[in-house]
Amino acid sequence: MTSTFDVPTGTPTPPVRTVASRPSPVAAGLTEAQVEELGRRLDAIRDRVVADRGQRDADYIHSVIRTQRYLEVGGRALLFAGILPPAWVAGTAMLSASKIIENMELGHNIMHGQWDWMRDPKIHSSTWDWDNTSPAEAWKYTHNYEHHTYTNVVGRDRDVGYGILRMSDEQQWRPYYLFNPLWNALLATFFQWGVALHDLEAEKIAAGEKSLRSVWPQLKAIGRKVRRQFTKDYLVFPALAGPFFLPVLTGNATANLVRNLWSHAVIFCGHFPDGAVQFSEEQLDGETRGQWYLRQMLGSANLEGGPLFHLMTGNLSFQIEHHLFPDLPSNRYAEIAPEIRAICAEYGLEYTSGPLWRQYAQVLRTINRLALPPRKGTAPEPTALTPEPAPPLAA
Amino acid sequence: MFKALVALTTPLLPEDYLSLVDPLWSTTELRGRVVGVRRETDRATTLTIRPGRAWTGHRAGQYVRIGVDVAGVRHWRTYSLSGPEGEADLTITVQALPDGLVSRHLVDATPVGSIVRLEQAAGDFVLPSPVPAKLLMVTAGSGITPVMSMLRTLGAHPDVVVLHSAPTAADVIFADELAARPGTVVRHTTEHGRLDLAELDALCPDWRDREAFVCGPAGLLDAAEEHWGEARARLHLERFTPPVRSTGGAGGTVTFGDRDVEVDGGASLLEAGEEAGVLLPSGCRMGICFSCILPLRDGQVRDLRTGEIHGEPGDMVQTCITGATGTARLDLRPAEENR
Repeated sequence: MTSTFDVPTGTPTPPVRTVASRPSPVAAGLTEAQVEELGRRLDAIRDRVVADRGQRDADYIHSVIRTQRYLEVGGRALLFAGILPPAWVAGTAMLSASKIIENMELGHNIMHGQWDWMRDPKIHSSTWDWDNTSPAEAWKYTHNYEHHTYTNVVGRDRDVGYGILRMSDEQQWRPYYLFNPLWNALLATFFQWGVALHDLEAEKIAAGEKSLRSVWPQLKAIGRKVRRQFTKDYLVFPALAGPFFLPVLTGNATANLVRNLWSHAVIFCGHFPDGAVQFSEEQLDGETRGQWYLRQMLGSANLEGGPLFHLMTGNLSFQIEHHLFPDLPSNRYAEIAPEIRAICAEYGLEYTSGPLWRQYAQVLRTINRLALPPRKGTAPEPTALTPEPAPPLAA
Repeated sequence: MFKALVALTTPLLPEDYLSLVDPLWSTTELRGRVVGVRRETDRATTLTIRPGRAWTGHRAGQYVRIGVDVAGVRHWRTYSLSGPEGEADLTITVQALPDGLVSRHLVDATPVGSIVRLEQAAGDFVLPSPVPAKLLMVTAGSGITPVMSMLRTLGAHPDVVVLHSAPTAADVIFADELAARPGTVVRHTTEHGRLDLAELDALCPDWRDREAFVCGPAGLLDAAEEHWGEARARLHLERFTPPVRSTGGAGGTVTFGDRDVEVDGGASLLEAGEEAGVLLPSGCRMGICFSCILPLRDGQVRDLRTGEIHGEPGDMVQTCITGATGTARLDLRPAEENR
C-alpha cells in the first residue's frame, strides 16, 4: 500500500489518495493559501446556515422528539402482548428504533449543542440526559472535546480504537491485538458499556497510569446510569407484565443490543473506512483554522442512503459535515453535503463516502489486518507518507 | 408513586410523555395555553392564558414573565396582568412595539391554542390591603394594563379617579370599559398635548389625599416623583425597565460571579476571565465542544466568529467564542445538574 502526493503547484488538480490508518500531511497537495481559502469558504457556509436557523429547524427537532416518544410508548405497549410473536417482533422493532433515535439523532446531537440556539432548557446541551450507561457530562468531555478537537490524531483522539482496539498502523502492535476482531465483536455487542469505560479511560487504569480511586466519582455516576437503565428495562417493565415478563425482558434486551450493534457500525464507519486519514500529533503544532477543517474533512467518511437511513444514523451518515460543523443542526447536513462534496472535488480532496455495507466491510478488514503485527518492509514509510507538513501561517 | 413512575421514564420524566397529551401537565416548567385572543386596538391584543396547575394566581397590578418561541427561539418578556385577581385564567394585554420581535408576535401571530412558558406573578405595584378609601390612577399608553387589573378587581369601588393618556381615541386600550367608569378622564395627547401634572389641581383637587398609582413612560414617572415630592409615601410607581441592550462597542466590563474583569475587544470572555485568575470551565477553545458555557445574567455579548450581538438573561453563553460588548454579568454556577 503506497500513496503518492504531488508537489503543491498552486492549482488543486491532483487528487489526494489517502490510505486508511496512515498519517497524512496536514495540507495534502494544497498550498497554505489554498487551505486558508478553504477554511474561509467553510466558515461562510457555517455563517449562512447559522443565520438561517429558525422555525423549520425547531419544528424538525420537536417532531423527532415526538416521534421517538411515541415509538417508545408504542413499542413498550406492544411488548406487553409480546407473548404473541408478531407483537414481540413489532414491539422490539419499535423500541429498538426509539432507542437508536434517542441515542443518535437526539442525545448525540443535542449534547453537541446543535439545538442550544433555541434556548429551550428542555432541549439543551447542558441539561439533556440520554438512555445510556455513559453519563452525559463524561461523554461530552471525551466526545465533544477530545474527539472533535483532536479528530483522528493518533494518541490524542481516544476514539481511535477506544482504548481497546488497534485501529491504526501508528498504534504499536502487542499480542493482545491478535484478538482485535474478537474485541471488536465484544465492543459492538456491549457498545454502550464500551463508551462508558472509554469515558473512564479504563485503559489508563489497566496500565496503572490512573488510580481507581481517582475515577470513583465517575464510576458512581456510571453506576447510577446503569442502575436506572437496568431497573427500567430489566426489572420494572417486565414486572409490570406479570406472567408475561419474559417477552418484555427479552424484547428490552434485544432493543438495547440492536442499538449497540447499530451505533457501533455507524460510528466506526465514520472514521475508519478506506480513505479516512489519520494524523500524527506533530501535525497539531501551529494548526490553523483551515488546516483544522482539512483534518476534519479528510479524517471522516460518509454513508449513503435515504432520509430514513440518515435519521436512524442521527445524520452521522454525514460524518464529514458533522465534523466540519459539529454544532449545526443535524437536519442541515444533508442540505450542505452537495456543496461540501463540490468543494472537495474542486480542491482535489477525497470525499470518502459509500454504502454502509461497503464501508463496514472495509472497517472490519482493517480491524483484521491490524490484529497482525506489521510485516517487515510494509511498515509505514514515514517519508513517503508524511511529506512536509505545511508550515504554520504567520500569526 | 412519582419515584416509581420516574423509574419507567428515566432519563426523562413522566411529564415528558404526558406532555404529548397535554403540554400543561408539566411540573418542571410552568406553561400556559392561549385560550382567547381579543383585539383591543390596532396595536394591542389581550391574550387569555390558561396556566398549568402550579400557577398560584396574582394580585392586581402584578406582572408575569412569559416565554415565547419566535422562529424557534425562546424569548422571555415581562407583561402586566390585566385581569382581576382571583380568576383562574390570566390575561395580558400586549401593545406591539414597531420593532418588538416578541410583542409583535404576541399581538399578531399567536393563535388560540398556542403554548407559552410562564413564571409566577411578581411585582410590588399592588393595591394596599385594606384598599384605601380614595384612589388616583395616572396612566399613559400600555401603562393602563396593571391599573386595569386593579380597576377590575375593585369593581364598583366608590372613589377612583383615573387619568389616562393615549395618542388618539383609536389608541385607547379598554376604551369602552374606561368610558363606562365614572371619574375617568381620557386624554388624547396628539390633540390636547401631554398631561402636565400641574393640571392635577384642576382635574383632581384632592390628589394629595389619595393613594396614587402611576404607570407609563419613564418621563411620566419621573415627573410624578417630582410632583408628589413630600407626599411620595402615597405614590406607587411601576417602571417597565427595558433589558440592558448592548451599546454595540467591543470590550467592556464583565462580571464573573463577583469578580469584575475588563475585557478588551478581541479577547474571549474565557481568555479574559482566566487572565484575571477566575477559574472557568473550558474545553476546545474554538466553539465546538460546549464545555465552557455559563449562564448570562445581564447584558449582551458578541459572537467573535460572526460579530452577532446577542443575549438575554438566562442565555447559556459559550465563553470561548464570545467577547464583551459593554457590561455583562455571568454566573459561575456550573450548568444545571442533570436530572
